[in-house]
Amino acid sequence: MTMHKTKETIRKYIVENFLFGEEEGLKDDTSLLEKKIIDSTGILELVAFLEREFSIRVSDEELVPENLDSIDNMHQYLLTKKMPPVDCSSAGTWIAI
Amino acid sequence: MSTHGTFSAESLKTDVEHEVERICTKLRTILKEDLKRRGIVIGVSGGIDSSVTAALAVRALGKDRVFALEMPERHSAGETETLSSMIIEHLGVPSEHRNITGILEAVGFYQLYDDAVRMVIPEYGKGWKSKIVTSSVFENNGFNLPSLVAQSESGCTIKKRLPLTPYLHIVAATNFKQRIRKMIEYYHADRLHYAVAGTPNRLEYDQGFFVKLGDGAADIKPIAHLYKSQVYQLAEYLGIPEEIRRRPPTTDTYSLSQEQDEFYFSLPYRSMDLCLLGKNSSVPPEELAALLDFNVEQVQKTYREIDNKRSTTRYLHLPPLLVQEVPEVSVK
Repeated sequence: MTMHKTKETIRKYIVENFLFGEEEGLKDDTSLLEKKIIDSTGILELVAFLEREFSIRVSDEELVPENLDSIDNMHQYLLTKKMPPVDCSSAGTWIAI
Repeated sequence: MSTHGTFSAESLKTDVEHEVERICTKLRTILKEDLKRRGIVIGVSGGIDSSVTAALAVRALGKDRVFALEMPERHSAGETETLSSMIIEHLGVPSEHRNITGILEAVGFYQLYDDAVRMVIPEYGKGWKSKIVTSSVFENNGFNLPSLVAQSESGCTIKKRLPLTPYLHIVAATNFKQRIRKMIEYYHADRLHYAVAGTPNRLEYDQGFFVKLGDGAADIKPIAHLYKSQVYQLAEYLGIPEEIRRRPPTTDTYSLSQEQDEFYFSLPYRSMDLCLLGKNSSVPPEELAALLDFNVEQVQKTYREIDNKRSTTRYLHLPPLLVQEVPEVSVK
Protein backbone atom coordinates (compact mmCIF):
# COMPACT_ATOMS: atom_id res chain seq x y z
CA MET A 1 0.00 0.00 0.00
CA THR A 2 1.41 3.42 -0.89
CA MET A 3 1.88 6.20 1.65
CA HIS A 4 -0.94 8.15 0.04
CA LYS A 5 -3.24 5.14 0.02
CA THR A 6 -2.54 4.38 3.67
CA LYS A 7 -3.35 7.90 4.78
CA GLU A 8 -6.50 7.93 2.67
CA THR A 9 -7.64 4.63 4.18
CA ILE A 10 -7.19 6.02 7.70
CA ARG A 11 -8.84 9.32 6.78
CA LYS A 12 -11.81 7.57 5.20
CA TYR A 13 -12.31 5.49 8.35
CA ILE A 14 -12.12 8.53 10.65
CA VAL A 15 -14.47 10.62 8.51
CA GLU A 16 -17.03 7.84 8.13
CA ASN A 17 -16.84 6.42 11.64
CA PHE A 18 -16.36 9.49 13.83
CA LEU A 19 -17.55 12.44 11.72
CA PHE A 20 -20.59 10.99 9.92
CA GLY A 21 -19.06 11.80 6.55
CA GLU A 22 -18.31 15.46 7.26
CA GLU A 23 -14.58 16.15 7.07
CA GLU A 24 -14.75 19.37 9.11
CA GLY A 25 -11.23 20.49 8.20
CA LEU A 26 -9.55 17.26 9.21
CA LYS A 27 -5.88 17.51 8.29
CA ASP A 28 -3.19 14.85 8.42
CA ASP A 29 -1.68 16.44 11.52
CA THR A 30 -4.98 17.26 13.31
CA SER A 31 -4.89 15.99 16.91
CA LEU A 32 -7.90 13.71 17.22
CA LEU A 33 -7.88 14.03 21.00
CA GLU A 34 -7.49 17.81 21.17
CA LYS A 35 -10.24 18.28 18.61
CA LYS A 36 -12.34 15.84 20.65
CA ILE A 37 -12.91 13.68 17.58
CA ILE A 38 -12.09 10.58 19.64
CA ASP A 39 -12.29 9.65 23.32
CA SER A 40 -11.11 6.56 25.17
CA THR A 41 -13.68 4.33 23.47
CA GLY A 42 -12.66 5.96 20.19
CA ILE A 43 -9.09 4.80 20.84
CA LEU A 44 -10.36 1.23 21.17
CA GLU A 45 -12.22 1.67 17.87
CA LEU A 46 -9.10 3.01 16.17
CA VAL A 47 -6.97 0.14 17.46
CA ALA A 48 -9.53 -2.40 16.25
CA PHE A 49 -9.53 -0.68 12.84
CA LEU A 50 -5.73 -0.61 12.51
CA GLU A 51 -5.38 -4.24 13.57
CA ARG A 52 -8.08 -5.37 11.16
CA GLU A 53 -7.20 -3.19 8.19
CA PHE A 54 -3.40 -3.51 8.31
CA SER A 55 -3.09 -6.98 9.85
CA ILE A 56 -0.98 -5.82 12.76
CA ARG A 57 -1.09 -6.30 16.51
CA VAL A 58 -0.90 -3.08 18.58
CA SER A 59 1.00 -3.85 21.79
CA ASP A 60 0.22 -2.23 25.15
CA GLU A 61 3.41 -0.16 24.96
CA GLU A 62 2.38 1.24 21.60
CA LEU A 63 -0.91 2.67 22.91
CA VAL A 64 0.41 6.22 23.08
CA PRO A 65 -0.71 9.47 21.44
CA GLU A 66 2.54 9.56 19.45
CA ASN A 67 1.24 6.54 17.51
CA LEU A 68 -2.49 7.17 17.36
CA ASP A 69 -3.39 10.84 17.77
CA SER A 70 -3.39 11.92 14.11
CA ILE A 71 -3.39 10.51 10.60
CA ASP A 72 0.32 11.38 10.33
CA ASN A 73 1.09 9.65 13.63
CA MET A 74 -0.77 6.51 12.64
CA HIS A 75 0.98 6.46 9.29
CA GLN A 76 4.41 6.79 10.92
CA TYR A 77 3.48 4.11 13.41
CA LEU A 78 2.39 1.74 10.65
CA LEU A 79 5.72 2.32 8.91
CA THR A 80 7.54 1.06 12.00
CA LYS A 81 5.26 -1.98 12.15
CA LYS A 82 5.98 -2.86 8.54
CA MET A 83 9.72 -2.19 8.69
CA PRO A 84 11.97 -5.23 9.04
CA PRO A 85 13.21 -5.40 12.62
CA VAL A 86 16.90 -5.98 11.74
CA ASP A 87 19.40 -5.64 8.91
CA CYS A 88 17.44 -4.49 5.86
CA SER A 89 19.87 -6.02 3.39
CA SER A 90 19.13 -9.51 4.65
CA ALA A 91 15.43 -9.01 5.09
CA GLY A 92 12.86 -10.36 2.69
CA THR A 93 10.37 -8.18 0.97
CA TRP A 94 8.56 -5.55 2.91
CA ILE A 95 5.75 -3.35 1.84
CA ALA A 96 6.17 0.40 1.61
CA ILE A 97 3.15 2.18 2.93
CA MET B 1 -12.82 26.02 50.50
CA SER B 2 -9.22 27.12 50.25
CA THR B 3 -7.74 29.64 47.94
CA HIS B 4 -4.50 28.66 46.41
CA GLY B 5 -1.35 29.45 48.28
CA THR B 6 -2.84 27.87 51.41
CA PHE B 7 -3.88 24.63 49.81
CA SER B 8 -3.63 21.55 52.02
CA ALA B 9 -5.51 18.41 53.02
CA GLU B 10 -7.42 20.69 55.41
CA SER B 11 -8.93 22.39 52.37
CA LEU B 12 -11.40 19.51 52.18
CA LYS B 13 -12.64 20.13 55.73
CA THR B 14 -16.23 21.17 55.80
CA ASP B 15 -18.46 22.61 58.52
CA VAL B 16 -20.47 19.42 58.89
CA GLU B 17 -23.19 20.77 61.13
CA HIS B 18 -23.92 23.63 58.79
CA GLU B 19 -23.68 21.43 55.72
CA VAL B 20 -26.09 18.84 57.09
CA GLU B 21 -28.65 21.51 57.94
CA ARG B 22 -28.23 23.11 54.52
CA ILE B 23 -28.80 19.80 52.70
CA CYS B 24 -31.80 18.87 54.85
CA THR B 25 -33.46 22.24 54.29
CA LYS B 26 -32.86 21.97 50.55
CA LEU B 27 -34.22 18.41 50.46
CA ARG B 28 -37.48 19.52 52.03
CA THR B 29 -37.75 22.52 49.73
CA ILE B 30 -37.12 20.47 46.57
CA LEU B 31 -39.63 17.81 47.56
CA LYS B 32 -42.24 20.40 48.41
CA GLU B 33 -41.77 22.91 45.61
CA ASP B 34 -40.25 21.06 42.66
CA LEU B 35 -40.95 17.36 42.93
CA LYS B 36 -44.25 17.45 44.85
CA ARG B 37 -43.47 14.07 46.41
CA ARG B 38 -43.98 12.94 50.00
CA GLY B 39 -40.77 11.08 50.76
CA ILE B 40 -37.58 9.48 49.48
CA VAL B 41 -36.80 6.04 48.06
CA ILE B 42 -33.17 5.05 48.20
CA GLY B 43 -31.21 1.97 47.23
CA VAL B 44 -28.67 1.13 49.94
CA SER B 45 -25.53 -0.85 49.20
CA GLY B 46 -23.87 -0.71 52.59
CA GLY B 47 -21.42 1.82 51.14
CA ILE B 48 -20.67 5.23 52.57
CA ASP B 49 -22.52 7.30 49.95
CA SER B 50 -25.90 5.58 50.12
CA SER B 51 -25.66 5.37 53.92
CA VAL B 52 -25.03 9.10 54.27
CA THR B 53 -27.74 9.95 51.74
CA ALA B 54 -30.25 7.78 53.62
CA ALA B 55 -29.25 9.31 56.95
CA LEU B 56 -29.69 12.82 55.52
CA ALA B 57 -33.13 11.89 54.18
CA VAL B 58 -34.16 10.58 57.59
CA ARG B 59 -32.90 13.74 59.25
CA ALA B 60 -34.72 15.94 56.75
CA LEU B 61 -38.02 14.08 56.54
CA GLY B 62 -38.26 11.62 59.42
CA LYS B 63 -37.70 7.87 59.16
CA ASP B 64 -41.29 7.11 58.16
CA ARG B 65 -40.88 9.09 54.94
CA VAL B 66 -37.82 7.17 53.77
CA PHE B 67 -38.03 3.77 52.06
CA ALA B 68 -34.80 1.80 51.69
CA LEU B 69 -34.13 -0.99 49.22
CA GLU B 70 -31.49 -3.70 49.43
CA MET B 71 -30.95 -5.20 45.98
CA PRO B 72 -28.05 -7.67 45.98
CA GLU B 73 -27.43 -10.22 43.24
CA ARG B 74 -25.30 -13.31 42.72
CA HIS B 75 -22.03 -11.38 42.40
CA SER B 76 -22.56 -9.00 45.32
CA ALA B 77 -19.96 -9.17 48.07
CA GLY B 78 -21.05 -10.87 51.28
CA GLU B 79 -20.48 -7.71 53.27
CA THR B 80 -22.85 -5.78 51.00
CA GLU B 81 -25.86 -7.51 52.53
CA THR B 82 -24.46 -7.33 56.06
CA LEU B 83 -23.77 -3.61 55.85
CA SER B 84 -26.91 -2.61 53.96
CA SER B 85 -28.98 -4.41 56.59
CA MET B 86 -26.94 -2.67 59.25
CA ILE B 87 -27.68 0.85 57.98
CA ILE B 88 -31.39 0.04 57.58
CA GLU B 89 -31.58 -1.24 61.13
CA HIS B 90 -29.51 1.69 62.39
CA LEU B 91 -31.83 4.23 60.76
CA GLY B 92 -35.01 2.30 61.56
CA VAL B 93 -36.55 2.97 58.15
CA PRO B 94 -39.15 0.86 56.30
CA SER B 95 -37.37 -1.32 53.75
CA GLU B 96 -37.51 -4.20 51.33
CA HIS B 97 -34.90 -6.82 50.49
CA ARG B 98 -35.14 -7.78 46.83
CA ASN B 99 -32.50 -10.07 45.35
CA ILE B 100 -32.26 -9.20 41.65
CA THR B 101 -30.47 -12.39 40.52
CA GLY B 102 -33.69 -13.81 39.06
CA ILE B 103 -34.37 -10.65 37.03
CA LEU B 104 -30.79 -10.62 35.77
CA GLU B 105 -31.15 -14.26 34.74
CA ALA B 106 -34.42 -13.45 32.97
CA VAL B 107 -32.79 -10.75 30.83
CA GLY B 108 -29.88 -13.07 30.11
CA PHE B 109 -27.27 -11.01 31.93
CA TYR B 110 -25.07 -13.82 33.28
CA GLN B 111 -24.96 -15.61 29.90
CA LEU B 112 -24.29 -12.37 28.00
CA TYR B 113 -21.51 -11.42 30.42
CA ASP B 114 -19.81 -14.82 30.30
CA ASP B 115 -20.05 -14.92 26.50
CA ALA B 116 -18.39 -11.49 26.29
CA VAL B 117 -15.59 -12.55 28.65
CA ARG B 118 -15.02 -15.71 26.61
CA MET B 119 -14.28 -13.56 23.54
CA VAL B 120 -11.06 -12.67 25.37
CA ILE B 121 -10.51 -15.65 27.68
CA PRO B 122 -12.03 -18.74 26.01
CA GLU B 123 -11.43 -20.99 29.04
CA TYR B 124 -13.60 -18.73 31.27
CA GLY B 125 -16.27 -20.94 32.78
CA LYS B 126 -18.02 -22.20 35.87
CA GLY B 127 -16.44 -21.03 39.09
CA TRP B 128 -14.37 -18.29 37.44
CA LYS B 129 -14.62 -14.68 38.55
CA SER B 130 -13.65 -11.51 36.72
CA LYS B 131 -13.49 -7.75 36.72
CA ILE B 132 -12.42 -4.83 34.54
CA VAL B 133 -9.40 -2.78 35.63
CA THR B 134 -7.49 0.17 34.23
CA SER B 135 -3.87 0.98 34.87
CA SER B 136 -2.86 3.69 37.31
CA VAL B 137 -2.70 7.12 35.74
CA PHE B 138 1.05 7.06 36.53
CA GLU B 139 1.87 3.59 35.23
CA ASN B 140 2.32 4.49 31.60
CA ASN B 141 2.65 7.43 29.26
CA GLY B 142 -0.19 6.38 27.05
CA PHE B 143 -3.92 5.87 27.24
CA ASN B 144 -5.56 4.27 30.25
CA LEU B 145 -7.39 1.48 28.49
CA PRO B 146 -9.36 -1.30 30.15
CA SER B 147 -8.10 -4.80 30.87
CA LEU B 148 -9.98 -7.86 31.97
CA VAL B 149 -8.78 -9.78 35.02
CA ALA B 150 -10.16 -13.29 35.41
CA GLN B 151 -9.51 -15.81 38.16
CA SER B 152 -10.17 -19.53 37.88
CA GLU B 153 -11.61 -21.59 40.70
CA SER B 154 -8.10 -22.82 41.49
CA GLY B 155 -6.89 -19.22 41.88
CA CYS B 156 -5.07 -18.90 38.54
CA THR B 157 -5.30 -15.26 37.41
CA ILE B 158 -5.21 -14.00 33.82
CA LYS B 159 -5.05 -10.36 32.76
CA LYS B 160 -5.72 -9.36 29.15
CA ARG B 161 -6.27 -6.05 27.42
CA LEU B 162 -9.88 -5.65 26.34
CA PRO B 163 -10.51 -5.07 22.65
CA LEU B 164 -13.44 -2.90 21.61
CA THR B 165 -16.19 -5.47 21.07
CA PRO B 166 -15.85 -7.54 24.27
CA TYR B 167 -15.36 -4.33 26.26
CA LEU B 168 -18.62 -2.86 24.96
CA HIS B 169 -20.46 -6.14 25.46
CA ILE B 170 -19.24 -6.50 29.06
CA VAL B 171 -20.19 -2.92 29.95
CA ALA B 172 -23.56 -3.18 28.20
CA ALA B 173 -24.41 -6.38 30.05
CA THR B 174 -23.17 -5.12 33.42
CA ASN B 175 -25.25 -1.96 33.12
CA PHE B 176 -28.33 -4.17 33.47
CA LYS B 177 -27.56 -4.30 37.21
CA GLN B 178 -27.82 -0.58 37.82
CA ARG B 179 -30.80 -0.18 35.50
CA ILE B 180 -32.77 -3.00 37.07
CA ARG B 181 -32.12 -1.59 40.53
CA LYS B 182 -33.36 1.81 39.37
CA MET B 183 -36.47 0.26 37.83
CA ILE B 184 -37.33 -1.25 41.22
CA GLU B 185 -36.62 2.03 43.01
CA TYR B 186 -39.06 3.82 40.74
CA TYR B 187 -41.68 1.12 41.24
CA HIS B 188 -41.64 1.89 44.94
CA ALA B 189 -41.41 5.65 44.35
CA ASP B 190 -44.54 5.50 42.20
CA ARG B 191 -46.32 3.24 44.66
CA LEU B 192 -45.57 5.52 47.61
CA HIS B 193 -45.66 8.83 45.71
CA TYR B 194 -42.04 9.39 46.77
CA ALA B 195 -39.01 10.73 44.89
CA VAL B 196 -35.87 8.69 44.16
CA ALA B 197 -32.58 9.83 45.63
CA GLY B 198 -29.32 9.24 43.76
CA THR B 199 -26.17 8.79 45.79
CA PRO B 200 -23.17 10.02 43.79
CA ASN B 201 -20.49 12.01 45.56
CA ARG B 202 -18.70 14.79 43.71
CA LEU B 203 -15.91 12.59 42.32
CA GLU B 204 -18.43 10.22 40.81
CA TYR B 205 -20.73 12.97 39.55
CA ASP B 206 -17.97 15.14 38.07
CA GLN B 207 -16.07 12.26 36.48
CA GLY B 208 -19.13 10.47 35.15
CA PHE B 209 -18.80 7.33 37.22
CA PHE B 210 -22.39 6.20 36.84
CA VAL B 211 -24.66 4.38 34.43
CA LYS B 212 -26.98 6.55 32.39
CA LEU B 213 -30.56 5.67 33.33
CA GLY B 214 -29.08 3.36 35.96
CA ASP B 215 -27.57 4.71 39.14
CA GLY B 216 -27.32 8.05 37.30
CA ALA B 217 -31.11 8.34 37.25
CA ALA B 218 -32.71 10.09 40.19
CA ASP B 219 -34.98 12.97 41.13
CA ILE B 220 -32.50 14.42 43.59
CA LYS B 221 -28.79 13.89 44.29
CA PRO B 222 -28.21 15.30 47.78
CA ILE B 223 -24.43 14.76 48.07
CA ALA B 224 -23.32 15.30 44.46
CA HIS B 225 -21.54 18.52 45.49
CA LEU B 226 -19.49 16.87 48.26
CA TYR B 227 -16.02 15.46 47.79
CA LYS B 228 -15.68 11.87 48.99
CA SER B 229 -13.58 12.98 51.98
CA GLN B 230 -16.40 15.33 52.97
CA VAL B 231 -18.94 12.49 52.73
CA TYR B 232 -16.84 10.63 55.31
CA GLN B 233 -16.88 13.73 57.52
CA LEU B 234 -20.67 13.86 57.33
CA ALA B 235 -20.83 10.11 58.00
CA GLU B 236 -19.00 10.56 61.28
CA TYR B 237 -21.19 13.50 62.29
CA LEU B 238 -24.36 11.57 61.39
CA GLY B 239 -23.24 8.54 63.40
CA ILE B 240 -23.01 6.09 60.50
CA PRO B 241 -21.77 2.76 61.94
CA GLU B 242 -18.00 2.43 61.95
CA GLU B 243 -18.05 -0.82 59.91
CA ILE B 244 -19.58 1.13 57.02
CA ARG B 245 -17.18 4.04 57.42
CA ARG B 246 -14.19 1.65 57.38
CA ARG B 247 -15.25 -0.22 54.23
CA PRO B 248 -12.97 0.62 51.26
CA PRO B 249 -14.87 2.20 48.35
CA THR B 250 -15.91 -0.60 46.02
CA THR B 251 -17.96 -0.82 42.88
CA ASP B 252 -19.48 -4.16 44.00
CA THR B 253 -20.41 -4.73 40.39
CA TYR B 254 -18.13 -7.54 39.23
CA SER B 255 -17.73 -11.07 40.56
CA LEU B 256 -14.10 -10.37 41.49
CA SER B 257 -13.67 -7.76 44.20
CA GLN B 258 -12.97 -4.38 42.60
CA GLU B 259 -12.02 -1.19 44.37
CA GLN B 260 -12.91 2.09 42.69
CA ASP B 261 -9.30 3.20 42.24
CA GLU B 262 -8.43 0.19 40.07
CA PHE B 263 -11.40 0.68 37.78
CA TYR B 264 -12.15 4.31 37.35
CA PHE B 265 -10.25 6.91 39.28
CA SER B 266 -6.79 5.29 39.11
CA LEU B 267 -5.86 6.98 42.41
CA PRO B 268 -7.09 6.51 46.00
CA TYR B 269 -10.02 8.76 46.73
CA ARG B 270 -8.13 11.03 49.14
CA SER B 271 -5.61 11.87 46.42
CA MET B 272 -8.33 12.14 43.76
CA ASP B 273 -10.30 14.53 45.99
CA LEU B 274 -7.28 16.77 46.39
CA CYS B 275 -6.49 16.65 42.69
CA LEU B 276 -10.08 17.52 41.74
CA LEU B 277 -10.33 20.29 44.34
CA GLY B 278 -6.86 21.51 43.32
CA LYS B 279 -7.84 21.66 39.68
CA ASN B 280 -11.18 23.33 40.47
CA SER B 281 -9.36 25.91 42.61
CA SER B 282 -6.63 26.50 40.01
CA VAL B 283 -3.90 25.25 42.36
CA PRO B 284 -0.59 25.14 40.43
CA PRO B 285 0.61 21.54 39.79
CA GLU B 286 3.88 22.33 41.60
CA GLU B 287 2.01 23.14 44.83
CA LEU B 288 -0.20 20.06 44.65
CA ALA B 289 2.77 17.84 43.77
CA ALA B 290 4.55 18.91 46.96
CA LEU B 291 1.45 18.21 49.05
CA LEU B 292 0.79 14.75 47.57
CA ASP B 293 4.42 13.71 47.20
CA PHE B 294 3.89 13.32 43.46
CA ASN B 295 6.08 14.82 40.77
CA VAL B 296 4.77 17.75 38.76
CA GLU B 297 4.26 15.66 35.61
CA GLN B 298 2.06 13.26 37.56
CA VAL B 299 -0.20 16.08 38.75
CA GLN B 300 -0.33 17.53 35.25
CA LYS B 301 -1.31 14.12 33.92
CA THR B 302 -4.03 13.79 36.55
CA TYR B 303 -5.37 17.24 35.68
CA ARG B 304 -5.49 16.21 32.01
CA GLU B 305 -7.17 12.92 32.92
CA ILE B 306 -9.87 14.83 34.84
CA ASP B 307 -10.58 16.87 31.71
CA ASN B 308 -10.56 13.73 29.56
CA LYS B 309 -13.12 12.04 31.76
CA ARG B 310 -15.33 15.15 31.81
CA SER B 311 -15.25 15.21 28.05
CA THR B 312 -15.77 11.48 27.59
CA THR B 313 -18.67 11.26 30.03
CA ARG B 314 -20.47 14.46 29.03
CA TYR B 315 -22.98 12.26 27.23
CA LEU B 316 -24.01 10.71 30.54
CA HIS B 317 -25.07 14.07 31.95
CA LEU B 318 -27.07 15.15 28.92
CA PRO B 319 -30.85 14.96 29.01
CA PRO B 320 -32.62 13.85 25.81
CA LEU B 321 -31.70 16.54 23.28
CA LEU B 322 -34.26 18.25 21.09
CA VAL B 323 -33.78 19.61 17.59
CA GLN B 324 -35.79 22.63 18.66
CA GLU B 325 -36.66 23.83 22.15
CA VAL B 326 -40.28 23.50 23.23
CA PRO B 327 -40.46 26.61 25.38
CA GLU B 328 -43.82 25.83 26.93
CA VAL B 329 -42.36 22.91 28.88
CA SER B 330 -38.69 23.83 29.15
CA VAL B 331 -37.19 23.23 32.57
CA LYS B 332 -34.24 25.32 33.65
